[in-house]
Amino acid sequence: MKDRIKRGLATNEMIVVYIILALCILIGIVNPAFASASTVVSLLRSMLVTLIFAAFEMMVIISGGIDVSFPAVASFAMYATAMIMNGAGLNSIVLAFIIAIVIGMLFGFLNSVLVARLGIPPLIATLGVSSVANGATLAFLGSKEINKLPESFGNLSKVFIYEYVGESGITYQLTALILIPVVIYIGLWILLKYTMLGRGIYAVGGDKNAARIAGFRVVFIQSFVYILAGALAGVGGVTYMILMRQAHPQVLMGTEMMVIAAVVMGGTRITGGHGSISGTILGVTLIALIQNNLIMLGVPTYAQTFVVGLLIVVGTSITSLRTKKIQNSVKI
Amino acid sequence: MDKIFLKLENIKKTFGGVQALKSVGLEIRAGEIHCLAGENGCGKSTLIKVISGAHDPTAGSIYIEGEKIEKLTPIDSIRKGIQVIYQDFAVFPNLTVAENIAMNHALLTGTKAMNWKKSRELAIQAMEQIGAHMDPDVLVERLSIANKQMVAICRAIINDAKLLILDEPTTALTQKEVSMLNTIIRNLKDKGMAIVIVNHKLDEIYEIADRLTILRNGENVATGPIGEFDRKRFIKCMTGRDVEEVYYRPEDSREVILKVENLTRKGSFEQVSFDLKKGEVLGITGLLGSGRGELGDALFGIAPAGEGKITLNGKEVTIRSIEDAMKARIAYVPEDRLTQGLFLDCSIQENTVAASIQKYLKKGRLNYKEMYEATQNWIQKIGCNAKSPKPLIRTLSGGNAQKMVIAKWLNTNPALLVLNGPTVGVDIGSKADIHKILRELAEQGVGIIVISDDVSELIQNCSKILIMKNGKTAGSISSRELDETKLSRLLTSEEETV
Repeated sequence: MKDRIKRGLATNEMIVVYIILALCILIGIVNPAFASASTVVSLLRSMLVTLIFAAFEMMVIISGGIDVSFPAVASFAMYATAMIMNGAGLNSIVLAFIIAIVIGMLFGFLNSVLVARLGIPPLIATLGVSSVANGATLAFLGSKEINKLPESFGNLSKVFIYEYVGESGITYQLTALILIPVVIYIGLWILLKYTMLGRGIYAVGGDKNAARIAGFRVVFIQSFVYILAGALAGVGGVTYMILMRQAHPQVLMGTEMMVIAAVVMGGTRITGGHGSISGTILGVTLIALIQNNLIMLGVPTYAQTFVVGLLIVVGTSITSLRTKKIQNSVKI
Repeated sequence: MDKIFLKLENIKKTFGGVQALKSVGLEIRAGEIHCLAGENGCGKSTLIKVISGAHDPTAGSIYIEGEKIEKLTPIDSIRKGIQVIYQDFAVFPNLTVAENIAMNHALLTGTKAMNWKKSRELAIQAMEQIGAHMDPDVLVERLSIANKQMVAICRAIINDAKLLILDEPTTALTQKEVSMLNTIIRNLKDKGMAIVIVNHKLDEIYEIADRLTILRNGENVATGPIGEFDRKRFIKCMTGRDVEEVYYRPEDSREVILKVENLTRKGSFEQVSFDLKKGEVLGITGLLGSGRGELGDALFGIAPAGEGKITLNGKEVTIRSIEDAMKARIAYVPEDRLTQGLFLDCSIQENTVAASIQKYLKKGRLNYKEMYEATQNWIQKIGCNAKSPKPLIRTLSGGNAQKMVIAKWLNTNPALLVLNGPTVGVDIGSKADIHKILRELAEQGVGIIVISDDVSELIQNCSKILIMKNGKTAGSISSRELDETKLSRLLTSEEETV
């Protein structure tokens, strides 16, 4: 039992928790105003879209792959949805999500054909699809931001599930859109933990050949993963558009590094086979905390990219060192 | 007479124009341990793939429990109770023991949901059946090879296996683990399971088999109860020629080639001393982790020793790097031929001259003609069956490739040749050839050290055997005083010195 507690305190998740706590204390000392509900609200708001992206990125990495095309896919889905809705004069939120999901799935399907059927390395395949999607947005859809969006979008962005008036009279409001990642994470948790399909994702990431011999349909599982990732990228794009009240063809580009950093920091092994929901949420929290608050610690904005890069390097090093340690440890 | 579980008649299989199986028959009875033996490339793996449904035979018929099977697919084969445990076990390193064991069952029954509690119960039940003790919640990547194999066996038996096929199950196991595996296999046999073991190690086959089928070049050469095969007939059937099992016992010599004193590398081995006299073949053995491999690596400067003195042919040499070792004319055939011994995607010629390329550099240019001739020369001299020096080395079988690794080092004209596991994954015919080469070299005055855990190899070839335990020399024994059982007992005994 003692052993179990000891092991529990040394998991990847717990290490991230320690870093988060240390960082919070540090920021709290420098800026006492940090310890307030407003921090939580603004943190959650800034995490919202990243959480959606990190969810499926974790799933893709567990399956032994990687998807760097999602910012481009999400941008395309966001921009195209806005154009279609405006062009046809539609106003339904549900319809907007459906359009974005279908668009995302098409790109996901393209990824899945390249990776699962043609056997192209996932990084190269999705890098190519990323370029295709982003290029298509700029070439065929447009390059200007769209600020006039259907009314229902604006209405939804004004629905809050929690409001808080600060001492200085400023109101902090938590948007209801936060429910989207919550639903996604619950769904993904059930999928990964309690279905054979989900265990198949882990199995394929652990050893593709063994999965084939065991009787998993490897191509199907890989295809499922990339298509679901595409669909959720679409959801992420529309969510971002509603949250920011504008559609922009470029604004999400470049977020893949941060999302992958968050996933890897959360203990998902970049080589596949390992990863957990709780770890990913913690990883996203850590990255968001750094992005939101480094400025308070006197770190200039342009140094943030540097810090995030450093985090990726350190995070991946820690995981690969741990893997190595397990490989070299005395076997039982 | 026992019930016949599986019967194959006149199985033929061709790939392109190549006949992998020419007309093979096989009869497996319930409750027997049947060994399938044969050299590399004899068609063993193809035959297993036919039984597991992975390959469709070109001709022939398959009967399972008396019923003729028209077309056997992998899933049919599993449903009929046939389970194959491959050499790499095909387990998932990232999943727990319980999940690994229960997964195939869930896939077979077609459940869509994952039931953790039931998985755990199934796994514990299976482990109890074979007497394995593992924490069901631990990840498989943390298990030893022997325990990974246990996971694979558990996984096979919970699917109501009636025939269990093990493909070279002992390759990576220590002697102790092999005997544990044998106990488990005998238990399963007593429960009425038919077991097929693919192997080519004679001693292990005699230890466990009830009946034996030998394949050669895609045909079965002989089949029958193990009692009908003495070693001589067995080897003759496997190789198609008479291979003499000779014992190398040279006359005592006084001339010392190599003297090693108090060699130490922290964490690997301590205070190792031995000497090697002219004409001798020295064997170094010990269990995995005893430091035997590290000692070889140290002599060649891969992981050099920190302290100690090495004297080669009367001259003290300091070995801090591979370069130092090569300068001292030491050559090393490494343990893992595929990753350390060969450039797989280079030709036989390029591999052969790789360690001695300097010799062919004349006025800044490589003399290809000389390299070609030298390679051709070695191919003949060492008895490799390559047609020319041109083909890629990966086209050679394990035994022939190993011969070329040795040729590569002989081409450097070494004073001392250290071989780590010289015949791992090498068939009996080539094994005998390699042993013959080593003896001849020893007679010519080259110092030969064989690091191995193959007991019969050591007894046959080495005049003196150094036993290592926990990084220390536990003793050195003249092989005149040893036989195979005595040596294996010494190896596995708990005592620190022998």
